[in-house]
This record gives sequence, structure tokens and C-alpha cells, in this order.
Amino acid sequence: MVYLTRLEHFNAAHKLYNPKWNREKNEEVFGECANENWHGHNFELYVTVKGNPDADSGFIIDAKQLSKIVNEHVIDKLDHKNLNLDVDFLTGKICSTEILIVEIWKQLLPHIPNHVQLHSLKLYETPRIYVEYFGE
Amino acid sequence: MNEKVAVYRKEHFNAAHRLHNDAFDEATNDKVFGKCNNPHFHGHNYELIVKVVGVPDKQTGYVYDLKALSDLIKDNVLKRFDHKNLNLDVPEFKNLNPTAENIVIVIYNILRSLISNQFDLQIRLYETERNFVEYPV
Repeated sequence: MVYLTRLEHFNAAHKLYNPKWNREKNEEVFGECANENWHGHNFELYVTVKGNPDADSGFIIDAKQLSKIVNEHVIDKLDHKNLNLDVDFLTGKICSTEILIVEIWKQLLPHIPNHVQLHSLKLYETPRIYVEYFGE
Repeated sequence: MNEKVAVYRKEHFNAAHRLHNDAFDEATNDKVFGKCNNPHFHGHNYELIVKVVGVPDKQTGYVYDLKALSDLIKDNVLKRFDHKNLNLDVPEFKNLNPTAENIVIVIYNILRSLISNQFDLQIRLYETERNFVEYPV
């Protein structure tokens, strides 16, 4: 079994805000991330798949094909967008990095070819903060 | 010992912005600024590198106390830019497009007014790992 990782990136605005709470409570919990005028990040997304190298190509998956899948189903929907306002699969959700990675997994999973398995996602919100998800 | 030495302090801030020119119509804004024109904004992790050049002080050996430089940047730039919307929350960009080029000039002007002229000052600003600007040149 070999693991292959493709790195993609997107830039987006968001805010952390729970509409069930008033402004004071949101500011208490989310601090400066609750700024109603948004702030933003350069997100880095690591997509790891696992499989066995094909006898003829030596690939578990063509990395370019994986990149195309990630771009079409995730990056194109998130890049240069407002995560709270512009993204259909995040409507009504809190746009924390934790929620975002789970929703990205749901978007990608149906499009991963049968001969490989989606193993993990790693999502950097800043160079110092990242989350990982294994579909569990 | 009158040799000049450059000292650097690296800081970072996260902000939303949008590139837009009111004088352009919608189609022109879209053509010139592309997806950076999104009316709902997008955002970046900005990395800021402040370079101060001077002769090390004979008593301390410092060109510029880097803790003091860090505090200066935090109090006058980061507090005003971090977790903000540059277009909406930072008055300097009320009528100025917050491109990396304009942001670096604004930051330079803020810091230049607070750092003695005996020191040369240069700012480098990374908007992404791959896009960065420098001022003055």
C-alpha cells in the first residue's frame, strides 16, 4: 500500500459566528474571528489517497488527475470566496476549520476513483494552525 | 565600528479584502481584478518582514531592539490590520485599493513616522507564499 498526497491551496474570507448566540456571546467565544466584516486566510489543503501501484503505469493514481478532481469539486468552489456566503455546501454551517475539513471530505469522497481510497485530509488555516480528518 | 547591519522582524496578520475600482464599471472590474473582485471579499495570511538598517549601538550592540520593533509593529499595524477587513475596517483603504502594493506603502508610511531617520527602513509583504512585494525599492 502506498500513500500519495496532493497539495492544493485556496484563499478565502470567513468569520466564526453562531447565529443562535448574540453578538456579545459570539465575541466571547470566537474573539476577533467573529469580526462581522470578515477576515481571511491562505488555506493549504493536503489530500492523501492510498492504493497499490498499477503494474503498467507505476501510479496509484495520476497526481494530475487527483489535482483535477480536488480543483473541480473543492478549490473552484472555495478559492477567492467568502466561506459563509458563497459556498453551497457550507450554507448554514459554522465555518471553523474543523467543520470545513469534514465538508471538504464529503465533497471529495464520491469523486475518488474506485482503485484508490481517500485516506486523509490535512487543512492549514495558517502556517501555525491545521486540522486533520480521516473520515472517522 | 561604523558598519551598517540590517535587522529584520517577521510578523503576520490575517485579513479579508477585495480589489475594486469604483471608477470602473462591473465588467471592467471583473476583467481587471478577476476573482479578487468578489463582492463578498476573500482573504489571506499576510506575512510582514520589517527591515531596519543602522550601525550597532556602541553600548548595547543593537541596531534596533527587536522586541521594541515587534511592539511597534504590533501596536501600530497588527492591532489595526489583524482579523480585519482591509476595505471596511482600515481607514487608509477607504479610497485606496488594498492591493499588496498599496498595503506595503501604507505600512511603510505608518512605521516610517515612528522610526528615527537615522535608520533605513524597508518593508516586504507576502500576500501568499508566492506573491510578495517590497517598498521602498
